[in-house]
Amino acid sequence: MAVATTTKTGARPSWAGRRPSAPPWVGTVPFFAYLAVFLLWPTGIVIVDAVKNPNGAWAFSNLSELGNPLVRGYFIGSFKLCLLSSLTGAVLGAILAYAVASGDPDGVIRRLYVAVSGVLAQTGGVTLAFAFLVTIGPVGLLFHASWYFDFPWGITLIYTYFQIPLMVLVFMPAIDGLKIQWREASENLGASSWQYWRHVGGPLLLPAFLGATLLLFANALSAFATIQAWENQIAYIVPQQISTAMSSEVGLSNVNVADLLALGMVVMVAIVMTGYALLLRRAARWLR
Amino acid sequence: MTSSPMTRTQDGAARTAVEVRMEGLSRHYGHVVALDRLDLTLQPGELIVLLGPSGCGKTTTLRLLAGLEDADTGQIFVGGKDITRLPASKRDMGMVFQAYSLFPHMTVRQNVAFGLRLRHVGAAQRDKRAMEMLELVDLPTQADRYPHQLSGGQQQRVALARALAIEPQVLLLDEPLSALDAKVRAQLRDQIRRIQLEVGITTLFVTHDQEEALAIADRVGVMREGHLEQLAPPTEVYSRPATSFVAEFVGLSNRLSGEVRGGNVIVRGCTLPLVEQDRPDGQVVALVRPEAVTLASHDAPGSGPLSGTVIAVTFLGATSRVSVDLGDATVLAQLPTSEAATLTAGSRIVLAIRPDPVLVSADSGPAGAAEEEA
Amino acid sequence: MAAVTSVGEAPLAPSAKRPPGMQAGRRRRLNIFRYVVFTIFGLFFLLPLLAVARFSLEAPTKLGTWSVTAWRQIASYQGTGIPPLLSSIEITLELAVITCAVMLILLVPTMIWVQLRVQWLARTIEFLCLLPLTIPAIVLVVGLGEIYVKIQRISLSALMLFWVYVILALPYAYRALAAGLTAIDVTTLSEAARSLGASWFTVIVRVIAPNMRAAILNAVVLTTSLVLGEFTIAYLLLYTNLQVELYSISRNTPNASVLFSTTLAALVFTFLLLLIVSYAGRRRRGRG
Repeated sequence: MAVATTTKTGARPSWAGRRPSAPPWVGTVPFFAYLAVFLLWPTGIVIVDAVKNPNGAWAFSNLSELGNPLVRGYFIGSFKLCLLSSLTGAVLGAILAYAVASGDPDGVIRRLYVAVSGVLAQTGGVTLAFAFLVTIGPVGLLFHASWYFDFPWGITLIYTYFQIPLMVLVFMPAIDGLKIQWREASENLGASSWQYWRHVGGPLLLPAFLGATLLLFANALSAFATIQAWENQIAYIVPQQISTAMSSEVGLSNVNVADLLALGMVVMVAIVMTGYALLLRRAARWLR
Repeated sequence: MTSSPMTRTQDGAARTAVEVRMEGLSRHYGHVVALDRLDLTLQPGELIVLLGPSGCGKTTTLRLLAGLEDADTGQIFVGGKDITRLPASKRDMGMVFQAYSLFPHMTVRQNVAFGLRLRHVGAAQRDKRAMEMLELVDLPTQADRYPHQLSGGQQQRVALARALAIEPQVLLLDEPLSALDAKVRAQLRDQIRRIQLEVGITTLFVTHDQEEALAIADRVGVMREGHLEQLAPPTEVYSRPATSFVAEFVGLSNRLSGEVRGGNVIVRGCTLPLVEQDRPDGQVVALVRPEAVTLASHDAPGSGPLSGTVIAVTFLGATSRVSVDLGDATVLAQLPTSEAATLTAGSRIVLAIRPDPVLVSADSGPAGAAEEEA
Repeated sequence: MAAVTSVGEAPLAPSAKRPPGMQAGRRRRLNIFRYVVFTIFGLFFLLPLLAVARFSLEAPTKLGTWSVTAWRQIASYQGTGIPPLLSSIEITLELAVITCAVMLILLVPTMIWVQLRVQWLARTIEFLCLLPLTIPAIVLVVGLGEIYVKIQRISLSALMLFWVYVILALPYAYRALAAGLTAIDVTTLSEAARSLGASWFTVIVRVIAPNMRAAILNAVVLTTSLVLGEFTIAYLLLYTNLQVELYSISRNTPNASVLFSTTLAALVFTFLLLLIVSYAGRRRRGRG
């Protein structure tokens, strides 16, 4: 089939003798434009709104709300929860990822677990809270875990339900990047399995692991609805009340305080993501 | 040889090379038979090269010896000891892989010292030994670099140093030069051989490149589909191939029809002695080396079964390869360039065949097989 | 007849041609490890779902007995016209298709272009693509409010959700596509195509993309899963998609178990869809 129409034919090197044309990054403009409109602008609006009062005037005093012990308590609690669930999710997810990755790349198990991970990584919110409630809550099918409503244990468990699949999706490429020759060479030199992981496999995977953990952390930060449903102990209220709770969480009546909370979160996220980016540079060099 | 640090073990005793014996080794993957009851013995200090096309079983043999895979049947003895059931990490062998085997997060020095570290050798001692090894492979200045900062050839030398640092009983090399440039390949090949002789270690080397095999081996084992077709010193494999596969895999061969009569074969008017003297009379295909095909002397008749037209002349440096159309066949001759200098496409030419012993086979080969450019 | 044979051909690259085997002992240990891991994690993921299933089969009036009422009620409705559930399924599937298409059109050319000509932007793009994972849906909605008001002047259809869904899908899709890109030599392929006279469009669409088939499929799978499971943004922007519809069904019936049956139905539906799509992309084994 002939190639598409083009003004450049023949075996001339492609970039030779062209008219001066636009710099190459122009090709990425559509992408950046899309992101600017639908991601960066909304985020920007939230950030800016956070430092305005309802009249639209600048009110940096809003930022002092961050000093409010209630708000602080909220953030600290959030932080604790996210740290715990991301560490748990990371470690367990890494083990699962290794189990999946060490099998047949085209096999059923790998496809199954990747599909499952794809579905479960997106779950959250009301459905998940429900599911755990009926498994180990007061009328739980399996057993009643008395610690279920204790913070942070119950909610951490719920979080790991989607953190583990996310870890599998994010971390498995790194495991795939471990070359088999490294394993065989270290075996040949006399290393046991444990020694291999300690000296070779572990150090090589560490940057990617830390990066993935950071990603999980950031993901946990953004999972609002779940904690709300859990806190309201949905078994005892009609679902109607969930939506009220959610709306009030957003605080559509008092937009600016909600924006502030959101701003605080975005800042935390920005810090985390920068750390992630730095770690990834290391990992990429070894495992690509 | 006796003064090199490599020939002494840690406590100064002189090293003794070991014999490696593989008996009845078989391995299959599903329906594919990778190795079929292979018997191979490496004499102490010997370098055997396993040569063959992809899938012939040479790499499998190496990996079985290394312990990276298990044989289905058979036994392996090193220095008289049965190591068949021993895991790879306990076999005391050094292996150089084809590529990518250096640990990217460690410096060259740390890579080379890795095996020693696993054996709980003290830091100072480790370092000393690592530097000794790096001197052996001519890379002492690169000790604190990372693998990605080295060239392919340098990386393989580090891999060699790392394998030898632990003073293994056997050295294994799995196509170590295949991923390198041609020039580097030749240099490294000779260096590997030099080091191997200096250290005196029993070595198994796997390659698909016959030039490598012929250049460095004490003995060459030509393999095909899980079998050893021939195991012999390089000169013998080349000039007295045991089977037509060996004759055709190692070096170039002209396939010319001929007739066996009384211990000789008559090929296009030339009488050539046979490798197997007691072959019965009949029609055969003879395998004639291009270097055995020469220009006929000046008083040869201008026509005849070995006269024809030059198709092409390929300049190879000291020699030139000339392809000649004899009317009903095409022949490759390898001539000294001085003789081939006057030939061009279309020249009329008369050839002769030197009476070296040739191998024949009854197989007439694919009809009208085209000439393949090397 | 005479012929000249040549030496054996060298392989082009130093890659293993067949999967190297492993020592039997190590393989055994690895397999035990894998199956233990799969069982434990499988149970962890399955049990809450089973509990949900169990509760979905509860009879509305008499606790402790079995009934499929909850499931039947998913499909039933009062009134004329198309059942709202069916139309919401239809809308959501259409949304999934549009989102996947836009995502691919946006991401694939951009990522290929960046790899070829603008490599210094690669880190930035990776960072931006991971950002949506970390910005809470609720923050996004608050910021998007203005934009969607403008969009709704043009079209009221729920299909307009695709604009923001593409953003949400970026983290997952980017990872999947990036894995596919690193596996092929983009530079060489594109230079070869260009030297034959191909336009950039041809290079991207007809040369490189077909070699990324598995990665593209992966990205499509993950995006579809996201669209089918998305609730928060659709709900807060007052659109009706599958999850919102299921939610309102569960609110409008007195039977609490309907919430469970709808939850499970959505999950199972998504999972089956994903599995089918992932098999559609299976590399065809040797034809003979």
